[in-house]
Amino acid sequence: MGTEGLLLKNTIVQNFDLYAPKLVDREEYFCSGHRACQGCGEALAIRLMCKALGKETVIANATGCMEVIATLYPTTAWKLPWIHVAFPNAAAVGSGVEAGLKALRRKGRIADRYVKTVAIGGDGGTVDIGLQALSGAMERGHDMLYVCFDNEAYMNTGIQRSSATPFGASTTTAPSGKVSIGNKTWKKNVTEIMVAHNLSYVATACHSYPIDFMNKVKKAIAIKGPTYIHCLSVCPTGWRCKSEECIKLGRMAVETGAFPLYEVERGKYRLNAEMPEKLRPIRDYLKIQGRFRHLGTEEIDWIQKRIHLEYAKLLNKVAHSKSWEELTA
Amino acid sequence: MAKKVGMEVAIAAAEAVALCNIDVAAVYPITPNTHIAEHLSEIVADGRLDAEFITVESEHSAMSAAMGASATGARSFTATSSQGLMYMHEVLPIASAMRLPIVMAIGNRAVSGPINIWNDHSDIMLERDMGWISLFVNNGQEAVDLFIQAFKIAEHRDVLLPINVNMDGFQLTHVVEPIDFPTQSQVDKFLPLYKPAASIHPDNPVTMGTLGLPEIFTEACKARDEALVNSKKVILQVWKEWEKMFGRKYEPVESYKATGADVLLLTMGSMGETAEIAVDALRSEGVKAGLLNLRMWRPFPYDELKKAVKGAKILVVIDRAISYGGPGGPVCSEIRSALYEEEKHREIVNYIIGLGGRDVKVEDFINMVKLSLKPVKSRPTYEIYGVRE
Repeated sequence: MGTEGLLLKNTIVQNFDLYAPKLVDREEYFCSGHRACQGCGEALAIRLMCKALGKETVIANATGCMEVIATLYPTTAWKLPWIHVAFPNAAAVGSGVEAGLKALRRKGRIADRYVKTVAIGGDGGTVDIGLQALSGAMERGHDMLYVCFDNEAYMNTGIQRSSATPFGASTTTAPSGKVSIGNKTWKKNVTEIMVAHNLSYVATACHSYPIDFMNKVKKAIAIKGPTYIHCLSVCPTGWRCKSEECIKLGRMAVETGAFPLYEVERGKYRLNAEMPEKLRPIRDYLKIQGRFRHLGTEEIDWIQKRIHLEYAKLLNKVAHSKSWEELTA
Repeated sequence: MAKKVGMEVAIAAAEAVALCNIDVAAVYPITPNTHIAEHLSEIVADGRLDAEFITVESEHSAMSAAMGASATGARSFTATSSQGLMYMHEVLPIASAMRLPIVMAIGNRAVSGPINIWNDHSDIMLERDMGWISLFVNNGQEAVDLFIQAFKIAEHRDVLLPINVNMDGFQLTHVVEPIDFPTQSQVDKFLPLYKPAASIHPDNPVTMGTLGLPEIFTEACKARDEALVNSKKVILQVWKEWEKMFGRKYEPVESYKATGADVLLLTMGSMGETAEIAVDALRSEGVKAGLLNLRMWRPFPYDELKKAVKGAKILVVIDRAISYGGPGGPVCSEIRSALYEEEKHREIVNYIIGLGGRDVKVEDFINMVKLSLKPVKSRPTYEIYGVRE
């Protein structure tokens, strides 16, 4: 299936790259001095997210790197009000925060001001152990944005395989070996599971496209009700790549179609302008990561085919999906 | 004094929680405490209580949501039993570590397996060391009173700990009892609005639930332990205040005909009232029997217990849970340890009874006392009473 006509034409105005960063909030809500690894994509993504969220926000964080690196008592990197309870329950804690703020505001016990609740977690805390709490919170319709920072394995505990780990990646619990290619399953598509929860806004994002990510965060929090963003976050430690290649790898994940950027607004799928007309070969992306080093031509060809299939499924939705308004018109 | 009304205890408990003007309830259904959640949601649906009622998808999320709500400064409530309580296990110690004054109703029920929905105390005994205040009630009136007291105790600046109030499932939650309800204005006077020491809000951003390295973890545990031990002072103060306002007295260890008794039964929860009848019967037979009822499980009332058992030659501790392959009943092992220094003065006999809803009758108590009085060469550490051979 060709991609012509399905992709939005590149609409970036001239010199946009020069002036867009100037529009970004200069205030830091996730401060330097934390203990993230060099080239951590997730720490960068969090910093960008916080800038887009602004001051009137409460964050509920699942256990993971972001809690470990940023809240060593008695220090904190968080300038936003922040709560962490455990691994599987960021969405449930967020549900309680949202309900508490709502009740207290209604009863005149806190300032009569809108405060947004945002729950965040890594891929393990979102797509594996936290999936039930996430589904519950989204289904109940809490006024809450959930952002999954997906670095494609349990990086905090030492690169164990999660259901978000891509096919063929070697992890510490799905290692490649004489009779194994590493992780044998295709990456779970939680973005689609969130679409199935009838959310008004679902999007994928990556820190390598900072303005796009921040715009998505702003769009999501402008909506009253549950929204979801799945943000690919490069982990040089776990992906076994050079730390200075973090941004490049994020862009390559998008350009190869391994992690396409798209939005689903009220049922309507839309590919981002950042998606290329023609996908780059997946080999380019795999070859610069140690976690895929063991893969041979045959496996890479298979992965390439599957990526084309998954991308075709997405393009099909982009071509044929209609917004709820269009469907009821 | 207001007129007494006949009401199912679980319903009455929900009414009491509503009188406390809670802000958030997060409850997942589980027998036998579902009636609390059902009735509370009805009260909210009818507009009698302005609160958010979150119909969470699990008990783990119920406790997590209650914690999130409590962290914003909202008065938060949840309720559960058995498997549900165990499902919360992961987050229970975090609630006390974060000093969130959540009140939880537990309709005590056996833990599986085999699956069993009826009463015993094995659920709460498994959650003993979570850093929560843990209190027991014997009847519906006490349930109503303790739920109102619980918020006041939990939210006290010197306490700031979560509390669980234990009611025997079915035996108590599902029976209709006469209840004397305090009025809304009385409750408002007794229980002021919750003013948190810190809360998560942009007006004063704080970081809650940080990572504690080995350098600080021990100190954090010590602080929590001290808070729990010292909470007794506040609990006693709140009970004194309650007695003054409502005339009903509460004590960490309550007694019935215990003065001058040779043999003392010790129970927890609703079977205490059955045991009272047994004590009367034994007394009429000339046996100098008495009863102690342990209301306060955590913090453990060492001083009050030592005082209460003084003079008794035999102490018969009734457990409604087993510590498999261990020292018998969890209550008795605590009592033995608490009275270790005085052990030479009295024999402590441990019976495990009433598991998974097995009825505990007056004659069972009489029999257990008589068996304990019988001189024997040696006695087992514990005995499971009434096993059908």
